Amino acid sequence: MSVFIILIITSVLVAGGFLLAFLWSVKSGQMDDDYTPSIRILFEDEVASKK
Amino acid sequence: MVFQLLNENDMCQYYDLTNMPGLTAKGIFTADKFNYLDNQAIQDQLIQFKQGDQAHVVFYLPQIHCVSCVWLLENLHKINPGIIQSQTNFEKKEVKIIFQSSKISLKQVVQLLAFVGYEPMIHLGGNDWQGKKKVNKKQLYKIGIAGFCFSNIMMLSFPEYLSDQVADLGNLRPFFIYLNLILSLPVLVYSASGIFISAYTGLRQKWLNIDAPIALAIMVTFARSVYEILTQTGSGYLDSMSGIVFFMLIGRWFQDKSYDSFAFDRDYTSFFPLGVTVLKEGKEINQSLNEIIKGDLLLVRTGEMIPADSILKEGVALVDYSFVSGENAPIAFESGALLYAGGVQKGRAIHVQVVKPVGHSYITELWNSPLLKQAKNPSQSFVHPWSQYFTYVLFLIAFFAGIYWWIVDTSKILPAVSAVLIVACPCSLLLTVTFTYGNVLRWLGKANMYCKNASVVEAIEKVDTIVFDKTGTLTNHAATKMVYIGVALNPKEQSMIRAVTRESLHPLSQMIYQLLTEEQVGLIQVDQIQHSVAKGTIAESQGHRLIIGSVKLLLEEGIAVNTDYDQSVVCIAIDGLFRGFYKVNHAYREGMSAMMHQLRSKGYEVHLLSGDHPAEGQKLKLQLGADIPMLFDQSPLDKLNYIEQLQNTGKTVMMVGDGLNDAGALQKSDVGVAVTDHTHLFTPASDAIVEGRQVTQLFQFIQYAKKSKRIITLIFILSIVYNLVGMYFATQAMLSPMVAAILMLISSISIVGLSALLSYSYAKPIRS
Repeated sequence: MSVFIILIITSVLVAGGFLLAFLWSVKSGQMDDDYTPSIRILFEDEVASKK
Repeated sequence: MVFQLLNENDMCQYYDLTNMPGLTAKGIFTADKFNYLDNQAIQDQLIQFKQGDQAHVVFYLPQIHCVSCVWLLENLHKINPGIIQSQTNFEKKEVKIIFQSSKISLKQVVQLLAFVGYEPMIHLGGNDWQGKKKVNKKQLYKIGIAGFCFSNIMMLSFPEYLSDQVADLGNLRPFFIYLNLILSLPVLVYSASGIFISAYTGLRQKWLNIDAPIALAIMVTFARSVYEILTQTGSGYLDSMSGIVFFMLIGRWFQDKSYDSFAFDRDYTSFFPLGVTVLKEGKEINQSLNEIIKGDLLLVRTGEMIPADSILKEGVALVDYSFVSGENAPIAFESGALLYAGGVQKGRAIHVQVVKPVGHSYITELWNSPLLKQAKNPSQSFVHPWSQYFTYVLFLIAFFAGIYWWIVDTSKILPAVSAVLIVACPCSLLLTVTFTYGNVLRWLGKANMYCKNASVVEAIEKVDTIVFDKTGTLTNHAATKMVYIGVALNPKEQSMIRAVTRESLHPLSQMIYQLLTEEQVGLIQVDQIQHSVAKGTIAESQGHRLIIGSVKLLLEEGIAVNTDYDQSVVCIAIDGLFRGFYKVNHAYREGMSAMMHQLRSKGYEVHLLSGDHPAEGQKLKLQLGADIPMLFDQSPLDKLNYIEQLQNTGKTVMMVGDGLNDAGALQKSDVGVAVTDHTHLFTPASDAIVEGRQVTQLFQFIQYAKKSKRIITLIFILSIVYNLVGMYFATQAMLSPMVAAILMLISSISIVGLSALLSYSYAKPIRS
């Protein structure tokens, strides 16, 4: 039963890691524009030019 | 040209992406237009970041409207290698360009953008987008932390939900409980801080705002939980508390997003599109206010508003700044002086060079300027008192519910009280009104009826009498034919007439001007002009005295003239002798009689006032109906008095007239609607401006404005019903606080959504 303590602490730490990643991504500006990336992904890669 | 450019750089994909990619590059590409960007000080203002050779700049491109735009803009580096990277933000219509300043200058970047059809709108000194970004980040931090803590607390509270036989933690229990307590602290202290601060600030102003009950609910839940934990009488309600905070924050964030998408785009749809005359290479070009940039040379006629901060180049300015500063007396300026936007030129036409353009929002600010006059119609008065009482009533209900459960079953106090405090949503009271009117204004704007503000929409609803002016309102200038009849005028005399009529905004003057311009008559120096409102103009040029105006004016000046003309005429007299007249064959707008019929069948009283000759009376009676009171030869003062008389008999009057001559009457009426065929005349004395071609839709506009009240009442009732039902369940402790939080956010979003939906669907008759 006491293994629970270790398990829980570990899982909270891992989750905390994800939280930090989220906070960091917000800080670095990833969440500022959530619409344009959806358009950008639709562009095709350039096919080698025939010229 | 754009195609060539794209083809050269192998970018023809652009045309595949949408059916209507991009817009054609406007006008001829002149290199001089952006010379001001060579100025180092200006560059410093615009460039966001500069390190070594690399420079960053952000531009607002109003032309962005589709996928191809994004594609083209993000591939700029292929057209010019000096551009390292460009990134667009579609929603904000911005592009961020990173370029090498040694290979390409800022001016060349802008030239390139203009060339492919995306000329940036450059406002020097307007960088307020930075502030908004920071606020959004904080909101996201709070949500992230609240979400993390909330979900972990719920997980750790799981054993509590199950019975003791199934999951007995034994001596692990304290660990779980204290871990919960630790996790709840960031939620209380950081995530909920916004709510607490807002409630506290409100309290300091002796005013309970909507955050007050929520703050109380959170505190009560937390306090009770701590008490239970420390006295070991229970495990507390920390899952509820953190759940409340998390869902409230998510709700607010979602609300903001919905509001942004429902809110109208302020620059384009509901603002009056003030037109300006730009002088380019000797030609006069009509452009919209937001197209002018620094350096443009503008023509400002008598009575026209100065559309941007500019320097006087030619002419003598006599500016009336009453809309801007409240000063009634016009001020005279010499060449080289700086004139501010918003002033009205009272003297003769002048040429000015733009120093700083202003946006439409500035014009609307002036329109609403408190310096103008007393506000005619009180704004949104029927809502405010209610919202004040709401929170007090709420606290009372929560208090009594608490007392009740304290007597009957103490375990239910907390769920009942906190649910009551949270489930109530007063937001509908304030939001509905703002939102609905905002949407109504926007749809009206799209149909080319521009209202000063929301109170105008409310006022339209009360109107029962409509007074129409004739010239310019019911008549269509574009289709009106004008013919000169009389002694032939030599070219010099024609040039004089043309030069004089050029400076006036009066529709008849403009018609003469157009006619003479088509006949390619030249312009001549005019020494003096004197306008007489609604009568005509007296001018001196090259030693000659020219009178252009009504028969009345000529008679006043002592010129013998034949007075029985059977229709509208503009007489010409030179050096005291009557020479001839321009015969005006008024064309009435299509749909006029249908509109009058509609208005009268709905019970509106219709009147017609005209400054024109009674000869048109017969034609009008046929068009509009025989039993409408019609009065002719009305001076602006007569019109004003007529409206006052109507108002004295208890009627609520809407005046529909053209802005130039009817300013007084427009101001006196309860709702003054100015009709304009070209957007150069901006009449701050009016409450709404309608474009000429849409005048016949007046009936539909009024109907729509009336519906807005219906929408608000409907939503109001709906939100009351929602609150009552919610309260019913909450007071009986049948509603968990978390579900209450979710319901509250759903209700405010649904209210906003419903308001947008109803304004949209009711707008069907006016949507083209």
